[in-house]
Amino acid sequence: MAGRNQADRAEVCVVACAEAFRGDGEILASPIGVIPAIGTRLARHTFEPELLLTDGEAHIVSGTWAYGTPPTGPVESWMPYRSVFDVAWRGDRHVMMTPSQIDASGNANISAIGSHAQPKAQLLGVRGAPGNTVSHPTSYWIPRHSARVFTAKVDMVAGVGYDSAAKAGPAATRYQRLHRVVSNLATLGWDPDSHRMRLLTVHPGVSVAEVVAATGFDLMIPGDVPVTREPTEAELTLIREVIDPAGARYKEVPT
Amino acid sequence: MADKRMTEDAVVARLRSGMTIGIGGWGSRRKPMSLVRAIVRSDLSDLTVVSYGGPDVGLLCAAGRVRKLIFGFVSLDSIPLDPLFRAARQQGRIDVAEYDEGMVQLGLYAAATRVPFLPTRAGLGSLVVDTNPGLRMVTDPYGDEELIAMPALHLDAALVHMNRADEQGNAQFLGPDPYFDDLFCAAAADAYVSCERIVPTAELTSNAHPVTVRISRMLVTGVVEAPNGAHFTSCLPDYGRDEAFQRAYVQAAADPERWAAFRTEFLDVDEAGYQQAAAALAAMQEA
Repeated sequence: MAGRNQADRAEVCVVACAEAFRGDGEILASPIGVIPAIGTRLARHTFEPELLLTDGEAHIVSGTWAYGTPPTGPVESWMPYRSVFDVAWRGDRHVMMTPSQIDASGNANISAIGSHAQPKAQLLGVRGAPGNTVSHPTSYWIPRHSARVFTAKVDMVAGVGYDSAAKAGPAATRYQRLHRVVSNLATLGWDPDSHRMRLLTVHPGVSVAEVVAATGFDLMIPGDVPVTREPTEAELTLIREVIDPAGARYKEVPT
Repeated sequence: MADKRMTEDAVVARLRSGMTIGIGGWGSRRKPMSLVRAIVRSDLSDLTVVSYGGPDVGLLCAAGRVRKLIFGFVSLDSIPLDPLFRAARQQGRIDVAEYDEGMVQLGLYAAATRVPFLPTRAGLGSLVVDTNPGLRMVTDPYGDEELIAMPALHLDAALVHMNRADEQGNAQFLGPDPYFDDLFCAAAADAYVSCERIVPTAELTSNAHPVTVRISRMLVTGVVEAPNGAHFTSCLPDYGRDEAFQRAYVQAAADPERWAAFRTEFLDVDEAGYQQAAAALAAMQEA
């Protein structure tokens, strides 16, 4: 862990994930992954108080609680899986998923590597990624930024990218919004006109060249790339003492 | 009123090779594992399995019972991936129809309500369309959007595990989520409900809201009393997932020799033998 007032990389990533949910208001935030889970709790505790979060089972819960422990706040409402589907299709949700591959147009793969008929590596399956990505805002979290993950072409499309949705027609593009990619090196988004992935910020201590070298396709890079904002002292205290006292964040982004 | 009680083996005796079987629960949660183990012991083959997949899928694939899997994911929750399912896929031993998890719900609902399909956005532009060549599109008759027509998923049989049931098949969940168990039953020609405990009807709602009796007897062909029947998956509030056993399952699956030993100890025995061996393992780990 870095010094008292200095954030380490994992903590910068937590805040970058939290920032992805800024402005969302009263919708369900569905973080998949440790750092996204910590980030959404931080966002709700600070600048995005209206967000709804689940206990990972079937309840919306209020309050702020430590990662890896049961929620302490009261249950707000019931949210079994079938209700999550309803919320997703209604659009009142922002998911942050952790894919094994993602390309410049935002196609993301959580299903399998290799061929679909006989994968080299079977992963989870598409889960809700196809429906999520054409129904409501979607962000991605990549704990290890590399050219294997940021690839020119995903083996198969679970999360639908802008080009795939455009090919599928207006029903697929109507509610699609790919919002943010947070990696251990940078934050990225999509150019609103070309729908190509673009670099937004580099984390403190990371160079643009490093991000480019770890990305398997051409990124859009603005002339002047800002540095990802550092956590505030209050945010660091919340992360270290309240939301992740056990340091689960370092399993995804080691120091 | 009909007494629908039967044993796991009596349920399996009613199943036939080549059938389409829906399995309730979600991931490694409230799976009808005693019924799954009975199928593993049987000589059924060429099954098409529909599941929000957990270890039910891995075990049935490893036993050679599955020709085709209709799924959105297979996961053990606390351990992300099931090694036996992965092996079956990576060795090309099973066919699959992979759908968005919401599409599976729509397919079951279409079957349950006897319509041929339900329209959805979920799946558009994804591998779901690329890898399911039979999947058709439908144009909104009131507008012009083109949506996916998710076909009805008709089941020959459904297998679900609930916390309580009565002898007639009214069945209750007491945990956080009903999952899609009622839909599996409604989409099936015959539904078989295993449960932790069979109780008198009045007891179902003596301490719980009637909404928890999610499955009505009109959907149910047979009821099996199977205490600890969801083991090693969770069956809250009766018991949580047996994480130590699940780890043992995953470790055994990684190595042919250890898997053979696991099979001998836990799968080549009847349900009573399984429960005994599982309890012995738990006692040993505690000691």
